Amino acid sequence: MSLHELTVVEAGAKLRSGEATAVDLLETVLERAHRTEAQLHAYLTLDREGALVAARTADADLGSGVDRGPLHGIPVALKDNMCTRGVETTAASQILAGYRPPYDATVVTRLRDGGAVIVGKTNLDEFAMGSSTENSAYGPSFNPWDISRVPGGSSGGSAAAVAAGSAFAALGSDTGGSIRQPASLSGIVGLKPTYGTVSRYGLIAFASSLDQIGPLTKSVTDAALTLEVIWGHDPLDATSYPGDYPDPSADLDAGVDGLRIGVVGELAGEGYEPAVEGAVSATIDALANAGAEVVEVSLPTVDIALSAYYLVAPAEASANLARFDGIRYGHRAPGSTTEELMARTRAEGFGPEVTRRILLGTYALSAGYYDAFYGQAQRVRAGLRDEFATAYQEVDVLVSPTSPTVAFRAGAKIDDPLSMYLTDICTNPLNLVGHPGISVPVGVDEQGLPIGFQVMAPALGERVMFRVAAEVERLAGFDARPQLEEVVA
Amino acid sequence: MTGWEPVIGIEVHVELATRSKMFCGCAVEFGAEPNTRVCPVCLGLPGALPVPNRTAIEWIMAIGLALNCAVSERSVFHRKNYFYADLPKNYQISQFDIPVCRDGYLDVSVDGETRRVGIERAHMEEDTGKSTHVGAGGRIHAASSTLLDFNRSGVPLVEIVSKPDIRSAAEARAYATQLRALVAELGVSDARLEEGSIRFDANVSVRPEGDGELGTKIEVKNMNSFRSLERAIAFEIRRQIEVLESNGGLAQETRHWDEEAEVTRPMRTKEGSSDYRYFTEPDLAPMSMDRGWVEQVRSMLPELPAARLARYRDAGLDEDLAGVLSDSPAPVRHVFEAALAAGAAPRPAANWLTGEVTGWLRRTDTDPATLPLSGDQLAELIAMVDDGTVSTSAAKEVLEGVLDGEGRPGEVADTRDLVQISDSSALEAAVDEALAANPEAVANFRAGEKKVVGFLVGQVMQATQGRADPKLVNRLLNEKLSS
Repeated sequence: MSLHELTVVEAGAKLRSGEATAVDLLETVLERAHRTEAQLHAYLTLDREGALVAARTADADLGSGVDRGPLHGIPVALKDNMCTRGVETTAASQILAGYRPPYDATVVTRLRDGGAVIVGKTNLDEFAMGSSTENSAYGPSFNPWDISRVPGGSSGGSAAAVAAGSAFAALGSDTGGSIRQPASLSGIVGLKPTYGTVSRYGLIAFASSLDQIGPLTKSVTDAALTLEVIWGHDPLDATSYPGDYPDPSADLDAGVDGLRIGVVGELAGEGYEPAVEGAVSATIDALANAGAEVVEVSLPTVDIALSAYYLVAPAEASANLARFDGIRYGHRAPGSTTEELMARTRAEGFGPEVTRRILLGTYALSAGYYDAFYGQAQRVRAGLRDEFATAYQEVDVLVSPTSPTVAFRAGAKIDDPLSMYLTDICTNPLNLVGHPGISVPVGVDEQGLPIGFQVMAPALGERVMFRVAAEVERLAGFDARPQLEEVVA
Repeated sequence: MTGWEPVIGIEVHVELATRSKMFCGCAVEFGAEPNTRVCPVCLGLPGALPVPNRTAIEWIMAIGLALNCAVSERSVFHRKNYFYADLPKNYQISQFDIPVCRDGYLDVSVDGETRRVGIERAHMEEDTGKSTHVGAGGRIHAASSTLLDFNRSGVPLVEIVSKPDIRSAAEARAYATQLRALVAELGVSDARLEEGSIRFDANVSVRPEGDGELGTKIEVKNMNSFRSLERAIAFEIRRQIEVLESNGGLAQETRHWDEEAEVTRPMRTKEGSSDYRYFTEPDLAPMSMDRGWVEQVRSMLPELPAARLARYRDAGLDEDLAGVLSDSPAPVRHVFEAALAAGAAPRPAANWLTGEVTGWLRRTDTDPATLPLSGDQLAELIAMVDDGTVSTSAAKEVLEGVLDGEGRPGEVADTRDLVQISDSSALEAAVDEALAANPEAVANFRAGEKKVVGFLVGQVMQATQGRADPKLVNRLLNEKLSS
């Protein structure tokens, strides 16, 4: 097995046994990027110099007995909506072309403190608005399993990089499924932690009450270990959870015997590809055989969650994106008055999907419409929270497909926003309630395209969520790999 | 002008003088080099998040409690959305339907009468940056460029909205003056109009006397002093009455006070309506002001002007003296309290402080905080006057000496030789000398012109450099002349 196919745990073992250095690992992913980027376009920026300095430091530290933990010396990629001091950060928008933040996001500081080597910044849908990474102002990313298809989104660059081996792990952000859905479509693990457990300080906001940073990795264990590095209370984020955090890795080997698993009835049926439903029910059967008690659970409000989501998220976005006005940073269009300068800057700087959502959100918050739209959406959110709370009185975790479909072809949905929005139907309820969810690859369809399985848990239920996810990973025995080299050849 | 009743409400913005800004750690500092007290948060950089300043929340609670407001148990921040170049996020973090404080009042004295002005609400928000329009006399529409300074961006701001309870320009001025004094007293703001750390806007309407309905509300802005606040409101009342009496109509609008022309003018309105699209600030959790916290803040409130005034009156000061002392700087009032504790009577203590001491502070341009006079010293001085150790006029000189750092009153009286000569044997020589030197006066006295005694007293006082007790000199002279 070549180095780039290793998990974080495996690569870390090689570092500690002296079989490889952090510089070797970095060179491996950079070489891999060199050979795949023309097809995938996973990265917007590669920080070769910064990464090399970090890798050398990691080697020197390890040599002198300083071990900073599971990510020490591991090349990691960051979605380009997380601020990196001095390194261009664009959120894949023209309006931030050339923008170099003067500070590091809290997650970046935590990665650096944990000895991680930050390779570069990955592509995304502009401001994380999209499900295919086709909304990037700098061109789309493609799926390593089939480069005519999308990698999912909006963290599609992070998913493609990890799947292709041009990063050992990556961070993404998940506002309505933007980590879990691309992980599912790209055959890797993607985790959205409990809202408030990973600091949003330095994450370029899309929808503040829904945004959450999390890892994309090749294994469930890698996801748990990465989570332990990045999460924790942050005084710079007033929504950061200040209490005790669970140990996500405590029960990775505990199995599911005696657990109650709820299957969400609403997340099946029409619109779900048979191969997806087949792989998901096979996994549920396997969980039952492994000792779990499986019950069907109904969450009726899930059916209208997507509508609520598309009011809450654009409303918050309309305010969050107001700061991009050409006055202090980023793109600036000329104008003879301040108003004209701002209006032209924004008209030129934002792409069509971002513009659509700003307009939608502005409308939803307008006087006379607020209660019918935003107010109603918040009530749906409260109702959804109640339904989940009731469900978790009966079961330990809930499960569903991560995405109704496998990776779709590039261009297939880009002109039909509604069908694109529907790809997040399984994932966005968790953002509305703030609960954690993880996507684990469980199989491939007849074309060899990966299928993801979602495990959900109550707020701060990461321990039991990871317990089930690790068992799903073992039961599925998913060992398919994208045959990207042959695609390149 | 008769037959109309003005209805006025005042909106006050108070910048809090906390060490750091409302949502970040940047220093709150007036007059610093532009854009040097800034960080990602108050510049609205991508990814930056607000963290509320606990002290600011306590201070708005203090303002609310001092204004007899109810403090909400739970309060929520909202985003107020509008685009403006000096508003970095293009939304202001403010409050909408659940302000920190509501339903209070301030008792205002106007022309010796007390009027109660209701307080609708006091809410917390962040200040904007500052725009300076370059060229064309600072007017935005003709300016060639605009300079932006974000030092003020994010400074904690409390907006206090009165009920429309004010009925005249003079009342409005009294309300504003007394509200400013209250805020200054609390020590939560510099409360300087000229620096903009406290700003007043007025909502003015008029209605036929006896009418229950409110007239059309006009907002008046840009008053930079209490005087201009009063004049702007008076002008606006006259203008509205004139328009209405000539059967014109008034439309709700915002007008700008032109200080030089002494008129209000319509402001160019922003295009479109002002729909601020308020919604709950998702970056901040709701604040909970539990009762224990509120009571803790209440227990830390200083004595407020109204209570102090009452206490001074009870101590026997007349209305005027109590008022002047109550308005004196805190260090001066502290000397008053200390002098009373040291046994001084209230009236002479207040007289010395509001007269000679205040005059000296002004003359020497001394910061009251460095006033070099203790309560003990003032009490000692008053006692020296009472027991005749020094004359009243000499006491003024003693005070000068004390303030100039020459020592305690007793020491100064000694070194400056100001102790009154009250010993008749010590004065007899001087009296004899005066009689010997002025035979003519003596003759005149004996001829019945008794008032020459005054002249002779003067001679003795002069000879003793004013240290002689004039009453004693008078008695001695009369004795000797009559013998």
